[in-house]
Amino acid sequence: MTQEVKTYKVPTMADMAASGEEPEILFWVGCAGSFDDRYKRVTIAFVRILNHVGIKFAVLGPEEACTGDPARRAGNEFLFQMQAMSNIQVLNGYKVKKIVTACPHCFNTLKNEYPELGGAYEVIHHTQFLQGLINDGRVRVKDGQPFKGKKITFHDSCYLGRANKIYEAPRDVLAALDADLVEMKRVRANGLCCGAGGGQYFKEPEPGNKDVNVERVEEALSTGADTIAVACPFCMTMMSDGVKNKNREDSVRIYDIAELIAQKQGL
Amino acid sequence: MEIFQQILFVAALAVAAWLITKRIRLISRAIRLGRPENRFDQPDERLKTMLLVAFGQKKMFNNPLVGFMHFVIYAGFVIINLEILEIILDGILGTHRLFAPYITSVYPILIDVFELLAFGVLSVCIIFLGRRFIARVSRLQASRHHELQGWPVSDATIILVAEILLMIAFLTWNASDSVLRDRGIGHYGALQGVVPDFLISQFLKPLFTGFSDTGLVVYERVAWWAHILGILAFALYVTYSKHLHIALGFPNVYFSDLQPKGEMQNMPEITKEVQLALGLPITTEADGSQVNDNGLQSGADSPAEIGRFGAKDVQDLKWINLMNAYSCTECGRCTAACPANITGKKLSPRKIMMDTRDRLEEVQRGWKMHGSEYKDDKSLLNDYITAEELNACTTCQACVNACPININPLDIILQLRRYRVMEESQAPASWNAMFSNIENNMAPWKFSPGDRFNWADQVNDLK
Repeated sequence: MTQEVKTYKVPTMADMAASGEEPEILFWVGCAGSFDDRYKRVTIAFVRILNHVGIKFAVLGPEEACTGDPARRAGNEFLFQMQAMSNIQVLNGYKVKKIVTACPHCFNTLKNEYPELGGAYEVIHHTQFLQGLINDGRVRVKDGQPFKGKKITFHDSCYLGRANKIYEAPRDVLAALDADLVEMKRVRANGLCCGAGGGQYFKEPEPGNKDVNVERVEEALSTGADTIAVACPFCMTMMSDGVKNKNREDSVRIYDIAELIAQKQGL
Repeated sequence: MEIFQQILFVAALAVAAWLITKRIRLISRAIRLGRPENRFDQPDERLKTMLLVAFGQKKMFNNPLVGFMHFVIYAGFVIINLEILEIILDGILGTHRLFAPYITSVYPILIDVFELLAFGVLSVCIIFLGRRFIARVSRLQASRHHELQGWPVSDATIILVAEILLMIAFLTWNASDSVLRDRGIGHYGALQGVVPDFLISQFLKPLFTGFSDTGLVVYERVAWWAHILGILAFALYVTYSKHLHIALGFPNVYFSDLQPKGEMQNMPEITKEVQLALGLPITTEADGSQVNDNGLQSGADSPAEIGRFGAKDVQDLKWINLMNAYSCTECGRCTAACPANITGKKLSPRKIMMDTRDRLEEVQRGWKMHGSEYKDDKSLLNDYITAEELNACTTCQACVNACPININPLDIILQLRRYRVMEESQAPASWNAMFSNIENNMAPWKFSPGDRFNWADQVNDLK
């Protein structure tokens, strides 16, 4: 990969270590970011931004493994700790200090749950990271196009918001796009889950009147926004399915915050 | 006559104290059934949280109007206790308005404040009954929420009606007392010129002007006794009721979880097994304490007794989970915020707390009937909480966030899930598939781990 001359580069920790280098940050891609076709686009958008601003970063590539979040929340503590301790061995082996991730579930687990098992890192979510880039002027966004006057609504991810009290970073990024941010009825600490957390993504929902993502999409559509911004791979899928359920996939788009910034930069 | 009343009063006080103490000991024994958990760290942070959330009612004001109304009852409860002090001393000493001659300038102001609060409590309790039975606030309806059917609705109604009656007794007692004072009768008349009419009860005086002197004294005594006996009975009732939150709300908030809401508690007994499995040095004892360099040996010498993985019954939960259950006042803010419940699934975080308490009370009944070592063959899981409820939880923490006194229903759900998955291997089939994918492919999906980095090939050509 690194031999080819390409505009964007994705160095791995192994590459870096081999050449005796140390990256500023480790970009933790996560399983969805690596395998889910829709979320791979977010991973790529974020990597392009990292390249664009010239930050020295690396990914684990094939050495990355699931953090164990869905296993732990479904009740399989044994499997979670197996994952966690193997990952910690890899991360500590590379002397990783700072991690950025686009997945709030990875973020929460790495930040709050790994320290007790011997893995203490500075962990930041990509929305916080992007907020920092905008504040430092490393990403310039204040020229209107292409979002000026567009109605965007933001869906709070539980594991970013309630779990870790990050409500403003994604909103600040959206505000910087010059878009018209319209809020749903249930936002921030009262935000409604997309229905995927706690392992729900990996099984059929229990019987009820409605699926959670449909309820949430109805709320999002009632704002009149034509873009639903998300900051989590699971929210992305759940919102997309909900919009399809409402037959609105032609008029309403779902984007991750990183994709919106990449679009703005023409990346 | 007076001494007879004094004896009766002291006897009533003693009986109430004895019964309430018995209840407190039983409840505290039930809470101590839970597993140990250190919630005594960070005293400054805990005190701050308690001042804000319990004393300051911070989370109640998320809904300002209801928050204000609840605050009126709360302030009434806290401040009227000063008046109860005088009433109790009067009862024991056979005096009448003991404090009045000593604090002549402040006394009327104090009583005016109590009366204002009493009137506030009375009004708010009527509005709260209206919210339940006329406005039919959704989260309080038994027709919508299965767990409220039967006793919980009666309990709520009894509490509100009892508070209304107590406040009526207090206000009409003051009014009849004022009329007796005006007429200069006995020890009531002795306070003429010392104690004026009061803020609210002055408007109730016309109700009593037609009474004979004797009739008035009888009413005054009946109201006084009804008020104080009512309070004692209510205090005992509270220990059987969801209204226990008026006492346990404070410690419950003090001992609340200070970790980030997303953090799920570690299981040190598993850490040790995983470290053994991965061939890593052991760093943790089963009780969570860190071990020194020769820890591996000492661990092998004295294998710690490992209980259940996760929780099947109340004694597998932590004591704070059990205190949470006794502190819950069934307001249903958790359930109203729960995405599973909103979309018609069986899970209700309020029911999780009520089930935990119901199970604890069942255990207590067993103790009472068959002795303290008695065990039945029931458990919280299955007999009270079903797999369908547990499986519906998205761990979104909305219930934890919504609770005005920091109760954590999610913690109980997660511990029950752990038991089902690790002890009973009862996870839904698709979860088992997810587990084996993580185990074999390092991702929850069935993709080859070797393809994990394939996305990077598209970095330059994706449009």
